[in-house]
Amino acid sequence: MLVHSAAARRTIWAVFLLLFVPVFALPLLVIVAASFADGWSGALPSGPTLTHYQDIAHGDALTALTTSVLTALAASLAALTTGTWAALAAEKLGRRARRTLDALFLLPLAVPSVVVGLALLVAFSQPPFLLNGTPQIVIVAHTVLVTAFAYQSVTAALARLDPAYEQSAAGLGARPAYVLWRVKLPLLLPSLTAAAGLCFALSMGELSATMMLYPPDWMPLPVQIFAATDRGALFTGAALAVALMATTLLVLLGVSRIRTRATYR
Amino acid sequence: MPDRTTPDTGPRRTRTTALWALPPVAALALVFLYPLALVVRQSLTPESGGGPSTTPYTTVLAATSFQDALTNTVLIAAGATLGALLLGLLLSLVIAFVPFPGGRALARFIDIFLAFPSFLITLALLFLYGTVGIANGLWTDLTGATHGPLDFLHTPWGVLLAEVTYFTPFVMRPLLAAFAQVETAQLEVAGSLGARPGRIVRTVILPEALPSLAAGGALVLVMCLNEFGIVLFTGAKNVVTLPMLVYTKAILDGDYTGACVVAVINIALSAALYALYRTVMARTAGTATRRRPARQPAAAHHTTAPNTPAPAPALATGGADRARP
Repeated sequence: MLVHSAAARRTIWAVFLLLFVPVFALPLLVIVAASFADGWSGALPSGPTLTHYQDIAHGDALTALTTSVLTALAASLAALTTGTWAALAAEKLGRRARRTLDALFLLPLAVPSVVVGLALLVAFSQPPFLLNGTPQIVIVAHTVLVTAFAYQSVTAALARLDPAYEQSAAGLGARPAYVLWRVKLPLLLPSLTAAAGLCFALSMGELSATMMLYPPDWMPLPVQIFAATDRGALFTGAALAVALMATTLLVLLGVSRIRTRATYR
Repeated sequence: MPDRTTPDTGPRRTRTTALWALPPVAALALVFLYPLALVVRQSLTPESGGGPSTTPYTTVLAATSFQDALTNTVLIAAGATLGALLLGLLLSLVIAFVPFPGGRALARFIDIFLAFPSFLITLALLFLYGTVGIANGLWTDLTGATHGPLDFLHTPWGVLLAEVTYFTPFVMRPLLAAFAQVETAQLEVAGSLGARPGRIVRTVILPEALPSLAAGGALVLVMCLNEFGIVLFTGAKNVVTLPMLVYTKAILDGDYTGACVVAVINIALSAALYALYRTVMARTAGTATRRRPARQPAAAHHTTAPNTPAPAPALATGGADRARP
């Protein structure tokens, strides 16, 4: 306890709330409030309505949501596979080779997402790879952007893994493939599911690279939200944003449940 | 960190382990390095044709639109980083050292915040401080005026506010972790020796947290330089940053060479800063591991409880939490 006087503590808490509420709590609340409103000219939104959600259920938005979920699933699966494989391979390498692999796989974090989109657009609009205008190019872009997170989180988990399990399994005569499948991966499962959840969330909200290369028939939800707010339909945008947040949270919640079950293995 | 490389059984073994690293590297090369190389090549190829030349660079560098974008990007990024550092430090200090009921829940809430895309903040600010929205609505309700006083969202200040809001949690998370390592005994000793809170923060807490603060700041600076969603959603014609310029040139103008030039410059800027961030992080991790044995016998649970799945809970809490760069 740093501050002992009760009055001083109360002042500090008041200042804290004064900073915290408008900066962090209000933004999410107003989006939810706006999604149920049809106007906001006074202090509070007016006209409680469900129209925006009914529109979602009928229009393109549902397609956009499915598109986003499918893209995020494919991208996180690919990113998790590549990231885990690379992290497992890096662990066995020498110090210098491991550094190089680290730098390579974390490089996408340093490159602006817009530039990743531009690069894929430039590279895959010319032979030998023609992907421009296909859903695959969006999935590839998301995979590139989230693989670094998967790699990073599996590497961190591997560093904290007790080598005793692996060594005793190997000492008892288990072959490397068996050790990997029956010992290491089960021990890593909690971090793998956590990484998968993170990749999914990031891919669901990806806008920058997607704006560069989405084809008209594969329009993820963030692009749809931008299109809505850009033409002034702020309340529709808010409803779409709530759908995006709810889907992301639902998946994160599901993933964390897997995680707690796996912890007791 | 203990040395966990398994003893090698000769050069053949080393070669096969190196081979296992090849498939992911090849995949990365195809979808990331090869496209980047093509961006660099395109940036050196003038639209008019001909061999590689630096003409595109001189053209872009001389343009006022580029110079303005560069100034905007650097100023907004620096301002947002400074703001996020100050706000993050203040909030984390309160959560960690002037604890109140529900403080932990707030920290969890901030984690959730990180899972959402950045452009939602701009959208939310439109309802908070936009021409329609709470703040101006309150003003018109109270004074009867037709317009509210706030109209800054389409200026650089709007972008700045959104970026400070969105990136503060990225500062708070490593800070809260660092504050958790500060020993309360040190604070109590300092306090009982008569040091006032301000002095304790300055002389005891801050030195301990400085590496985390630096790392968080560098990371946020890189992310601000690369931020696109917030600027796009602001929709202001006069707030153009480098990523925004890449988008405008490529998608709206169809000038791929110009876009590639700006992209290369942006990559150089961000990659240099990211390298700096990694260096700071490596140094922080170094001090942390060097100190740990003195603080708590971390090796103890390995030897005393080898058959309980001890690493698993640690992984569960640490896995995603550390996953952000």
